[in-house]
Amino acid sequence: MRIALVCAVVLAAAPLLAGAQDAARDLAASCAMCHGTNGRSAGGNEPLAGMAKEDLVRKLNEFRSGAKPATIMHQISKGYSDQQIDQVAAYFAAQKK
Amino acid sequence: MRKNFGRRDFLKLSGAAAALAASGCATLGGTKARVVVVGGGYGGATAAKYIRLWDPSIEVVLVERANIFTSCPISNLVLGGSKTMEDIRHSYDGLRRHGVQVVTDEVTAVDAAKKVVKLEHGGDVSYDRLIVSPGIDFMFGEVAGYEDAMKAGRVLHAWKAGAQTIALQKQLAAMKDGGVFVLSVPLAPYRCPPGPYERASQVASYLKKNKPRSKVLILDANPDVTSKGPLFKKAWAELYPGMIEFRGNSKAVGVDPKTNTVKLEVEDVRGDVLNVVPPHRAGDIAVKAGLITANNRWCGVDWRTMESTAVKGVHVLGDATLSAPGMPKSGSMANQQAKVCASAVVALLSGRQPNPDPKIVNTCYSFVSDSEVIHVASVHQWDAGQNTLIPVKGAGGVSAARNELEGKYGWAWAQNIWQDTLG
Repeated sequence: MRIALVCAVVLAAAPLLAGAQDAARDLAASCAMCHGTNGRSAGGNEPLAGMAKEDLVRKLNEFRSGAKPATIMHQISKGYSDQQIDQVAAYFAAQKK
Repeated sequence: MRKNFGRRDFLKLSGAAAALAASGCATLGGTKARVVVVGGGYGGATAAKYIRLWDPSIEVVLVERANIFTSCPISNLVLGGSKTMEDIRHSYDGLRRHGVQVVTDEVTAVDAAKKVVKLEHGGDVSYDRLIVSPGIDFMFGEVAGYEDAMKAGRVLHAWKAGAQTIALQKQLAAMKDGGVFVLSVPLAPYRCPPGPYERASQVASYLKKNKPRSKVLILDANPDVTSKGPLFKKAWAELYPGMIEFRGNSKAVGVDPKTNTVKLEVEDVRGDVLNVVPPHRAGDIAVKAGLITANNRWCGVDWRTMESTAVKGVHVLGDATLSAPGMPKSGSMANQQAKVCASAVVALLSGRQPNPDPKIVNTCYSFVSDSEVIHVASVHQWDAGQNTLIPVKGAGGVSAARNELEGKYGWAWAQNIWQDTLG
């Protein structure tokens, strides 16, 4: 009975916690196709896992503005809002290298 | 009968899950649900892996007929000679390490009312949610004489990487210098919009080195090159002058292996190698499962969850879907759609709302030679007004010019998407 009650409480709390975290995780998952699952690169493209958040935000902003030369990232980064870039950068900063 | 894959048998395999179930928290931490994935290509394999990554309490059973993954992307380079079949084949062991139960079998039927799939050899498997990522099958009837000629090995599509890739490579190697390699392209939509033009480039690259008097003749049902047109045409003119001829509005309606000809609506065209890609539709199992919603060809989905618009509890991925506006049928898209699906499935099985606002990216690299690449990229986001994913305005684009740096990035994309999908 006590176990069942604990389960019920944890289950009820889960939806509140999930939303924002899932949104960041889902946005970051798009990057994995070229930068590896959770940003751990299989080679050839820059690993994003464990990169300091402010570094990734700065790089993506420089891609968007054209300040940083790119082959493709200037085109992809323009598809994301400031808030989304912030979410993605926070997600990768929290990943183990 | 649930012969091999009843829930009880799966529980037996999983000591940890059984222990959690016994603790009384089965609905929270134990094996709370089973997802069956049909098809282990870019879509199915990615979905299987990501569901396990994002909720290890979910059982995932992947049913795939082949015992090894063979990539369509990069397979044109096998024809060009710079890569081998070994380079494009990958084991499913990586998925097994994530706890995916990979079953080599064929799904013969789906009973969506009972939530059961039937396997050719393995009996029935029940599911809580089903993901169908069937790829394509061909509408052979659209090209008269095709199926017999293909079975006799006289005409090939090589539009599914594998045995036909090897067979086409052999035909190319056996072709005489001065021969004509005919590549017939179906009307859009088809799998991999730039794929035919990359193939023409790779075949020309091989011929330039080995049989320089030969030609590639593209007979395209579409009026013009479907993707990255100016970049491909510039590459052809500069790298393979006089070797690649493009004819638009040239739909193949038949083949005649006796005369080695492709029949167009108004004329017959002779070739030494006939690489004719017929029109295609969602893979056969999508037809059997009642998932086809558009033109007897494609599967409509809700792009927020990838759930079928026809059959509840069944999600469809990849080339089989009725593509959203501006969305190509590509390995990249299948990989990305699979993550939207995985996120939604994990949420739904936990009683949570799926992510209401998905955003995904397409990147496609085409090798115009051994070393030079051109890309196309796009970002697609949910639009509530239009009820679909649409390309983000101002984002995406193509390469400024073909270049070797992107040759390196193109290969890096392949390495990373293989790891992300299977590793």
